[in-house]
Amino acid sequence: MSAVPPHARPPIPGRSPATAESPLVRRLLIGTTLLFLGLFLFVPLVAVFTQAFAKGAGVYLAALHEPDALASIRLTLLTAAITVPLTLVFGLAAAWAIARFEFPGRALLLALIDLPFAVSPVIAGMIFVLLFGAQGILGPWLQAHGLHIIFAVPGIILATLFVTAPFVARELIPVMQEQGSEEEEAALLLGAGGLKTYLRVTLPNIKWGLLYGVILCNARAMGEFGAVSVVSGHIRGLTNTMPLHVEILYNEYNFAAAFAVASLLTLLALLTLAVRSLIEWRTREGVVAAGVPEEDSAPAGPGGGAPQAAGAG
Amino acid sequence: MSIHVQGVSKSFGEVVAVRDATLEVATGDLLALLGPSGSGKTTLLRIIAGLETPDRGRILFHGEDATDRALKDRRVGFVFQHYALFRHMNVFENVAFGLRVRPAEVRPRERDLRTRVRELLRLVQIEPLAERYPSQLSGGQRQRVALARALAVEPRVLLLDEPFGALDARVRKELRRWLRRLHDEMHITSVFVTHDQEEALEVGDHIVVMNQGRIEQIGTPEEVYNSPANPFVFSFLGSANLLRGRVHRGRARLGSIDLEAPEHAGTEDCEVVAYVRPHDLEIERALVLRPAPGAGDRPERAVRRAAIEAVVRDVRVFAPIVRLELDPVEGDGPMVAEMSEERFRILGLQKGEPVLVTPRNVKVFVAS
Repeated sequence: MSAVPPHARPPIPGRSPATAESPLVRRLLIGTTLLFLGLFLFVPLVAVFTQAFAKGAGVYLAALHEPDALASIRLTLLTAAITVPLTLVFGLAAAWAIARFEFPGRALLLALIDLPFAVSPVIAGMIFVLLFGAQGILGPWLQAHGLHIIFAVPGIILATLFVTAPFVARELIPVMQEQGSEEEEAALLLGAGGLKTYLRVTLPNIKWGLLYGVILCNARAMGEFGAVSVVSGHIRGLTNTMPLHVEILYNEYNFAAAFAVASLLTLLALLTLAVRSLIEWRTREGVVAAGVPEEDSAPAGPGGGAPQAAGAG
Repeated sequence: MSIHVQGVSKSFGEVVAVRDATLEVATGDLLALLGPSGSGKTTLLRIIAGLETPDRGRILFHGEDATDRALKDRRVGFVFQHYALFRHMNVFENVAFGLRVRPAEVRPRERDLRTRVRELLRLVQIEPLAERYPSQLSGGQRQRVALARALAVEPRVLLLDEPFGALDARVRKELRRWLRRLHDEMHITSVFVTHDQEEALEVGDHIVVMNQGRIEQIGTPEEVYNSPANPFVFSFLGSANLLRGRVHRGRARLGSIDLEAPEHAGTEDCEVVAYVRPHDLEIERALVLRPAPGAGDRPERAVRRAAIEAVVRDVRVFAPIVRLELDPVEGDGPMVAEMSEERFRILGLQKGEPVLVTPRNVKVFVAS
């Protein structure tokens, strides 16, 4: 039969002298990148930790041991602990529905999932004030029943939920669409029920995308400032999350304490990046082992919102 | 177990994928669903499997209505075109999957399960690969894993979607002979989809030819090849030369030739298309060169009834056979003829030489 033409791969740029840029251009490009990285990313990072330890480790630890700081850390952890599982469940359900089924309103649902990315977090906070605030639509009813949402912990959790809702779903939808439903069909035909198919075939296939989404979601839940700031009321020791606590300390010119708490958030950001790289490396390893380099199963970055995920202060 | 497909139709939006399909697969039969892409063959296979719900019609397994039966109760083995192996499980676990997900009371014990999976891997000749992951296998090996996985649940029906479609030509030929032997040993009722007529003719006990969602013909390979029901089936099952002309009371006049067409004995003067296979064109050297125009028409008359005058345009040698491209002196476009290399050597034909072409086994269809 006809001979299969050999797959001509485009040469890797920089390897072949025919396609490489001139040394001057290369140095210029690399230099610009390094300069930008250094000035805008590395220096601030170092600055955070230098400022945090400017008055010694004793002051640093004291700033973290202070009751208001501890309360803000506890509230931040509580918010993440409630938000992340809910976002996870929502994300799994939404991604499954969107990637596996055609139904009326599917496009609308996709657009709605993206809404929190498109809307400024401050506006997200305002929405909840408008709904649940004293002058809000449900305000009088809530007051009559003695329920506090705005300027209380439930409001903070609601606002964080709104902002973080898309993270898991957005991560999973492309992964599930790319993988298709054939493996699930195969499992069903082999006699596995719906639940067994989901647990043994669907979930293992999306686990890296899922973990990636959860990590980004967690970083954002802990670092969210705008939306939480509007609904929190800034009550010290009660409704301050870590980013809000950093802001208060900073406004009081208590720089060492502000940067001490900020350094914790920064550590979280670094940890997130590390895990993210690990996951990307892990998925790429899998792909390379598979010998199918044209299949790009590395999780795609989410839309907006990710870079400022943990950058508060 | 037998399969009956009764009046099944299926549309996707505006597109009609399957139109009123009715067919029967006898117990132990190996049936080929043959058709070009978009002919609805894969949709029909997925309907039989239960992966698609028909808009109309019924599917019977062994006489029982299975149209609405749940997938997991159908006991259908399905081999996907791209295999759909579980990528996070190794070969062994892929094959074991169907046994592991059984309800606890009918699940085999671990030791029995291992024996059974080993047996299957031996059957499909991939036992040494048990620990590998699908990504580390070649196309042919993945195909065998997919088959072993489908067989593990002891299906009553085996369905295969383009089972050799993604393999290269040599592996494909090997694997289809092997599948045929495997079927002869196991006698499990099977349906496979293919767009390759050679594959259908070589592997299938019966062939269903589909086109644009409709079943064009059902028959044994011999029947569909030698007695095609219509021009589509004829031209889809192999190369064909097309001749146009008219038929009148059992005689067809196609360009410069006349021939008997007894199946059209009752037809009054009607336009027809006729098809003939390349190997059914008998080639002889034209001993007398065609006389120049106006030099008397007697020699021309002599050849007129049976043969077409043509000039050899090109010669292609494919090991045991030789393919000639011919330009008829008058009438329709170029023709293709095939002959043995031996015959070609005896004739000693060169490009540009005149020949006489006598068609045999011409199939004449009333033009629609």
